[in-house]
Amino acid sequence: MEQTISKTNTWGGGSRPYSVSYGKMMMWFFLLTDALTFSGFLAAYGFSRFKYQDDWPQAELVFTHFPFIHGDHPLLFVALMTFILIMSSVTMVLAVNYGHKMEKKNVIFWLSLTIVGGAMFLGSQAWEWGHFIHGTEHGGILADGSIMHGANLVMNEYGHPLFADYFFFITGFHGFHVFSGVIILSIILINVIIGTYEKRGHYEMVEKVGLYWHFVDLVWVFVFTFFYLV
Amino acid sequence: MENEKKGNWWIWKVFWILLAVTTVEVLLGMNQPEMLAGTRFLGTSLLNHIFIVLTLVKAGYIVLVFMHLGFERATFKWTILIPAFILIPYLLFILLSEGGYAYFMM
Repeated sequence: MEQTISKTNTWGGGSRPYSVSYGKMMMWFFLLTDALTFSGFLAAYGFSRFKYQDDWPQAELVFTHFPFIHGDHPLLFVALMTFILIMSSVTMVLAVNYGHKMEKKNVIFWLSLTIVGGAMFLGSQAWEWGHFIHGTEHGGILADGSIMHGANLVMNEYGHPLFADYFFFITGFHGFHVFSGVIILSIILINVIIGTYEKRGHYEMVEKVGLYWHFVDLVWVFVFTFFYLV
Repeated sequence: MENEKKGNWWIWKVFWILLAVTTVEVLLGMNQPEMLAGTRFLGTSLLNHIFIVLTLVKAGYIVLVFMHLGFERATFKWTILIPAFILIPYLLFILLSEGGYAYFMM
């Protein structure tokens, strides 16, 4: 497996200055660029929010619903979503850790739980979108005096139209990352079950998809703060 | 790599830290304590500064422990972190100050 590293000839090949494998390094470079993409989105959100600060809605007053409970519960549902995603990050690290120890059964168990967590998050997000789109019973009065319920890309009852646009775009882009993560995790899980990594001698693929999965959690931490809290 | 020998407790430790920080954030967000929400500092409320600091704490734990970057070789760690540390604050500075300017010019 491990190649002997030439100490004398850095450019002669075979040397790994970062002492990480090619695949892991490239995953990190991809995640860095993806982080910059999300920063661009959130910074643009910040620009519009500063520019239209007078009609920008307060997120605590928009996202107040919780399934099966009536009344106003600001932040409660999104706190639950955050919890689900943190939890699925924990199960992911556990899967990676058991991968290091080559314990196939435990990897399968924790990887499956991670997929369940991701699916639960996607379901919660669908519910959240549904509520945002359908809106409240009383609705909101638009500039022309008409009453609007909920939100779409051109207008919404909560405040400036851009608020809904950014909401759909940023949480949608994040949700798409979660969705791709669930797909990739499922493929890796199948490979684990059929013993691909047992034969290969290491579970580095689980580690690489784990990096991606934690990144999805990382982005959510920022979306949670800048969309719902600040 | 030294983590493998330590079992799983370090994973649960980070989990409890993340959960505690998130709980504090949610409680502060629900109650909006007047002392913090009303005090303005560097262009926004003290409460928002607290949210941002807590978010960076969570991000640090996720990146350094869960993603294992804290245990990689230092050159690799900084190759990943420095571009983000330079470009993201730079972009934020430009867009946020421009957004404030656009507000006053409308």
